[in-house]
Amino acid sequence: MPIELNVNGASRSVDVDPDMPLLWVIRDVLGLTGTKYGCGMALCGCCTVHVDGVATRSCATPVSAAAGRKVTTIEGLSTDGSHPLQRAFVDEQVPQCGWCQPGMLMTAAELLAQKPRPTDEDIDRTLGDHICRCGTYQRIRSAVHRAARGGAA
Amino acid sequence: MSPLESLSRRDFLGAAATAGAALVIGFHWSRDAAAQPAGSRPAPRPFDAWIRIGTDGAVTLLVAKAEMGQGVFTTLPMLLAEELDVDFARVGIEQAPTDAEIYSHGTGGSTSVRTSFEPLRQAAAAARHQLVATAAERWGVAAGACRVDDGVVIGPGGERAGYGELVAAASQRPLPDLATLPLKPASGWQVLGTSVPRRDIPPKLDGSARFGLDVRRPGMLYAVVARCPTIGGKPKRWDAQRAKAVKGVREVLEIPAVRDNGVFSTGGVAVVAEHTWAAISGRDALAIEWDAGAAAGESSAALSRQMEELLGREGKVVRDDGDAPAALARAARRIEATYEIPFQAHAPMEPLNATVDVRADGVEVWLGSQGPHDVRARIAAVTGVDPAKVTVHNLFLGGAFGRRYSTDHPVEAAQISKAIGRPVQLLWTREDDMRHDFYRPAARHRLVAGLDGEDRPIAWHHRMASPSIAAYWGWGGGSRPEMSEIGGAVDLPYALPAHRMEYALAQTAVPVMWWRSVEHSGNAFVIESFVDELAHAAGVDPLEFRLRLLAEPREVREPGDPSGPPLLTARLRRVLELAAEKAGWGRPLAAGRARGIAAHFSFHSYVAEVAEVSLERGRPRVHRVVAAVDCGQVMHPDNLAAQVEGGVVYGLTATLKGAITVASGQVEQSNFHDFEMLRIDEMPVVEVHAVASEERPTGIGEPALPPIAPAVANALFALTGKRLRRLPISPSDLA
Repeated sequence: MPIELNVNGASRSVDVDPDMPLLWVIRDVLGLTGTKYGCGMALCGCCTVHVDGVATRSCATPVSAAAGRKVTTIEGLSTDGSHPLQRAFVDEQVPQCGWCQPGMLMTAAELLAQKPRPTDEDIDRTLGDHICRCGTYQRIRSAVHRAARGGAA
Repeated sequence: MSPLESLSRRDFLGAAATAGAALVIGFHWSRDAAAQPAGSRPAPRPFDAWIRIGTDGAVTLLVAKAEMGQGVFTTLPMLLAEELDVDFARVGIEQAPTDAEIYSHGTGGSTSVRTSFEPLRQAAAAARHQLVATAAERWGVAAGACRVDDGVVIGPGGERAGYGELVAAASQRPLPDLATLPLKPASGWQVLGTSVPRRDIPPKLDGSARFGLDVRRPGMLYAVVARCPTIGGKPKRWDAQRAKAVKGVREVLEIPAVRDNGVFSTGGVAVVAEHTWAAISGRDALAIEWDAGAAAGESSAALSRQMEELLGREGKVVRDDGDAPAALARAARRIEATYEIPFQAHAPMEPLNATVDVRADGVEVWLGSQGPHDVRARIAAVTGVDPAKVTVHNLFLGGAFGRRYSTDHPVEAAQISKAIGRPVQLLWTREDDMRHDFYRPAARHRLVAGLDGEDRPIAWHHRMASPSIAAYWGWGGGSRPEMSEIGGAVDLPYALPAHRMEYALAQTAVPVMWWRSVEHSGNAFVIESFVDELAHAAGVDPLEFRLRLLAEPREVREPGDPSGPPLLTARLRRVLELAAEKAGWGRPLAAGRARGIAAHFSFHSYVAEVAEVSLERGRPRVHRVVAAVDCGQVMHPDNLAAQVEGGVVYGLTATLKGAITVASGQVEQSNFHDFEMLRIDEMPVVEVHAVASEERPTGIGEPALPPIAPAVANALFALTGKRLRRLPISPSDLA
């Protein structure tokens, strides 16, 4: 039986195994490749999306758990790259290889939605479950603070 | 692309050609021994890159360099914009067509800027010369009386002509001798030396950047391969029907291992499906019985014993200055230590993948590769297709660090696509990646140094045993197994009357390959820790001790590599002094904190780092890293800082976190729970200071990594009195 999803504001119906991780539905069935696979075990955070506004590891979330709920991927964070975090990540020149960045942004976006002026400790706690092998952590911290300040350096 | 194709067949420096209505200039990268990928061919030399200026004035650099976050899509166009006198924003970059003969397709070794610095600017200067000469001739004025402002030639009487309107005529002019064209002095640079925004960043923040795994082709299927967990083993029997019973699974087939012609693939049982999840689920259902093969007895512990045994006798002498044994015999004091480093996995965040479409009319390949020329050659060999009919599309690399030189994954994808007659995207799951990497070799070192009656070092005897990258890949006929293992140790920068180094090859089935900074990652730890041991034994401040041994300006070269870059001790000394000054070396620290220092020369660049550490619940914590870098003239200060931050983090992970270990022929780690990475809550403040330099630019992707492990270990010694001689640092070694 098809599963009904709302992805980035659009209704989508997918006919897949209800246990299939949301990640593979998003990437391989819906063709939204901005959400990344990194570990498949919710260890690295590359696959993070929002489900009803909550940062969620899509690699370890069965698609059935997202049925009828609002899923937001990096493609839906803003329509034109204008989310304050996206702008701050440009201003701080954060990404290197870029693979982990969509997940970082989705988790950071939830943090700012809940706590508009996070401390270093808040950032460490929420993003501490993510991995960036290129080592952009120092810039991520600066960029989250910059976004919280409304973009000012 | 046909004009470019014909251009690529020409083999002389600085040819210009008419390519439709554009000015196209092809040129060669500089090359040197260090930049030469193993097995690459020297002459004949088709062009490595081209500059194309269209009738619309659009400027494009066509080059086969891979962007993996190191900024090459930004720094190379900067070189072009500078010398062509056009706004940086107007210079585009395109991946050049893959030609098996083109040498510079390889991206690694911190070579891109270093080897393009002169040729790219010369070619740009030639293009500018042609365009200005065309305008001057049109106006009947002297070329020297014209100037250029952002792609517009301006004559002495105010005449104006954009590059676009000049290219047709300019492309007909014979080219001048490139060597006679003056290049802008650094004092006149307007683009170089500035931190223009990196080109690749915006698409990496909105999901639009395309990496290899993001390729979607019509009719494409998804595949994973079940590989024998034991190195070198193969499948004996499996239940294809069980796998095919998984919804979405289409095919189950065995693919043979390829172990020749520069490819080492594991082979295994491929499961092909309508989406990745079905392929993974089908693989889980295979119930494979394995033939473990000959390496089933291998273990890290046995390798360690083998290396220890090798260190007990004389190895191949790779450096022998003075008479170290005699000097040691008469030394007032002997200091002896044994160091060991483990295998390390590359673990790029984008797991390995390749999408291949083997068709009757040729093969198309999509992936992120550090060596697309190799991909092309190996796929041609495994499919039996003419290399000219193999097209490789190189996309963004989600991390590489040396792992994306290898061609095992595209070869496997080609095997599968050929067998099923469909385009296939092969994914290596994280477990595949971690268990079947080509690892940074483990190594064991014994060092003996002698101090004279006044505590001055008079002899240094170093024995190293390790598996060898050159031996594994069969480079150089096995005559120099040490070639990718001893750098950064054999060229010891410190002045000692006697220095002997010996190398012994350890046998293992564990696959090995270059890992970020290659052998320098381990050797810097050993050398810079042992120097620190000598300083403490002599009762001299570790910075002062190093500076004394570097007091005399000298050039140090690798004996086996006389054409390689010389290490200039004056430049190493300068980065030590700068790092110490910026870190406040010698000034008091808060209670419970200590500093350590280390410096290293690699990939033509010099880096010193001071680490500030403490212990938190018995675990090392790095609070601050001050790095001083001499990589010659700085092209892009912010990208330099980013690469140093990245090198420090990559090195800190190997210093403080995981190791790859082998038991019963199997890699014991499989994912990030048992091969841990440094995370944001452990990130130190990293400060980067560049030495003001007039020297030509050198690389920075790798050289910041080697000093971090010894800087941290030396700081922990200063804090605790415990000398740490193995990596990663274990809390039990500090207890």
